[in-house]
Amino acid sequence: MSKTAEHAGLYGYLASFDLVDEFLVAATRVRDAGYTHWDAHSPFVIHGLDAAMGVKKTVLPYIVFVAGLTGAAVGILLQWWTNAVDYPFLISGKPLFSLPANIPIAFETTILFAAISALVGMLVLNRLPQLYHPLFANRSFKRATDDRFFISIEAVDPLFDPTTTRELLESISGRPIEEIEDQP
Amino acid sequence: MSATTTEPLSYLDNTGDDPTVRARLVVGDNDFHAVTNKVCGIVESPQPRLWWVAFAISSSLTLVLLAMIAYLVTTGIGVWGLMIPVGWGYAIVNFVFWVGIGHAGTLISAILFLLRQRWRTSINRFAEGMTIFAVVCAGVFPGIHVGRVWFAYWLAPIPNQMSMWPNFRSPLLWDVFAVGTYATVSLLFWYMGMIPDLAALRDRAKTKIRYYAYGLLALGWRSSNRHWHRFEFAYLLLAALATPLVLSVHSVVSFDFAVSIMPGWHTTIFPPYFVAGAIFSGFAMVVTLVIPVRRIYGLQEIITKRHLENMAKIMLATGTMVGFAYSTEFFIAWYSGNTYEAFTFMNRAFGPYAWAYWTMVTCNVLVPQVFWMKRFRTNTILLWIASVLINVGMWFERFVIVVSSLSRDYLPTSWGYYRPSIVDILTFVGSFGLFFTLFLLFVRFLPIVGMAEVKGVMPQAHLDRPGHRGHGDYHGDITGTEVLS
Repeated sequence: MSKTAEHAGLYGYLASFDLVDEFLVAATRVRDAGYTHWDAHSPFVIHGLDAAMGVKKTVLPYIVFVAGLTGAAVGILLQWWTNAVDYPFLISGKPLFSLPANIPIAFETTILFAAISALVGMLVLNRLPQLYHPLFANRSFKRATDDRFFISIEAVDPLFDPTTTRELLESISGRPIEEIEDQP
Repeated sequence: MSATTTEPLSYLDNTGDDPTVRARLVVGDNDFHAVTNKVCGIVESPQPRLWWVAFAISSSLTLVLLAMIAYLVTTGIGVWGLMIPVGWGYAIVNFVFWVGIGHAGTLISAILFLLRQRWRTSINRFAEGMTIFAVVCAGVFPGIHVGRVWFAYWLAPIPNQMSMWPNFRSPLLWDVFAVGTYATVSLLFWYMGMIPDLAALRDRAKTKIRYYAYGLLALGWRSSNRHWHRFEFAYLLLAALATPLVLSVHSVVSFDFAVSIMPGWHTTIFPPYFVAGAIFSGFAMVVTLVIPVRRIYGLQEIITKRHLENMAKIMLATGTMVGFAYSTEFFIAWYSGNTYEAFTFMNRAFGPYAWAYWTMVTCNVLVPQVFWMKRFRTNTILLWIASVLINVGMWFERFVIVVSSLSRDYLPTSWGYYRPSIVDILTFVGSFGLFFTLFLLFVRFLPIVGMAEVKGVMPQAHLDRPGHRGHGDYHGDITGTEVLS
């Protein structure tokens, strides 16, 4: 069923909180109500919020691990190919390819590849950069980077219902619930 | 606060030593909004006159640097004081000096992060920025030291007209990779940590230019916890990657010396000794910069005395390690029974460069010992003077290592005495101009305190109900939110 047609022009609802406690309790309530397309916004990381929201652990470490191994392989292969195969470099009768002398550069390329993949992987998994978002049109949401905490439930959520969702949010937040439009 | 307070850690003074009380890391009457206001205010309001004066001086010195480089490139390396036997002079001394300074940022952001040192949050952005600018200054010197700068690309494994590849078994090439990786990773770390704060600047923007500029840099960050989750993980991974990296960089720099057969250089102590010295000098530079900045911009409640005191303690520890390394070198020079090694060290302490050696010992070993006394750790003026002296001492350390060994090696017939030329000196002074110019621009345009991280260590960020201690991490005491392993 297409929810976007049903709630045309509505991105979702936004509830706001002043205290970390209220915010965490509210997140568990929304999670337990079974919503899937919703989010919590806070100006800093709140420990325990991942559990309160039921966020699954990210796959980022595996990406970074593979990138690190790639970096190590690239570092070793680069040195082997350039100094032992393509242009054999004989220095003081030392072996053309010997691992100990090649460790420092392999180490650096490992770190380089892994670090770049950590940043790029984080951005890609987060679908950033995304310079426009319906939430940005809301004036009070600007405080999400300052001192206020928000929960947004999207209209595309299968459980979203204009009345019951609003009632749920009203029951957990002491502030008026705001509607977020989908159009800029 | 009345005088009758019994709390060991007062509202404004957080330098107490009582381990049963977690010290406040942001003092005074500050909430989240106050932190945002203070930090963003630096960028949003007109700069004080002092900023303009400093910028005028530093940008003029940058021009001096550029002029000196232009003179060098158009004339040749002979404009420097380099000679035989001292073929490594100011350029290498300055390179090692600046790279060393560039170690504090990543140490604070990575190692102290892994060690859960929460006080790092107030100063890490600042130190990371300083790291990058120091590495930029460091990168200038080997680049121009090659003489024919238009061939500097031979350092990189790029196919060239000679069909030759660089020699990967040379420590000089390891250096290219180590410093290149370090610069890249520091930049990534710095930028990634700044994304939430750039978003804060975007959300407060009053002008279109600000809104679009910070908006573009913030990449559309919307403080989503699903994003924060991956952000935290990426940050942890970067910290875990940067920790061995930061230890490797100065180790590799020390290989430039240790792998050679020069007396005084060919020692296994060099990697740990260089790393300790790098952290020492880096913290000294952070302290030198942070004391005026916190005062001028009124950040005393965010970068508190406790932060300064902790940095002083690290300087005491690393300064003592450096002193220990100096004495170990002497001991090994005697114990090894190697005549040349023993001569080199006697020559360092009592030869023609004794003045540089004793400047180094005074500034690096004796000066940090004052930090045993609390008064010197918490009095900002004394601390600042000590940190400047440490910077001086660390520059002389590199000068002693590079120049004293080279000027008198095996053959007395090829001894010499190195004197820098005026171009050497002006290039070095000019590099400070570049460093401070970049730093002042950073203060002017970017958030110098990691607001998102500072807010996370404020008492308000933690659950504050009866039965909960109100500090530290969340321990999962709301039903249904147990923190899973």
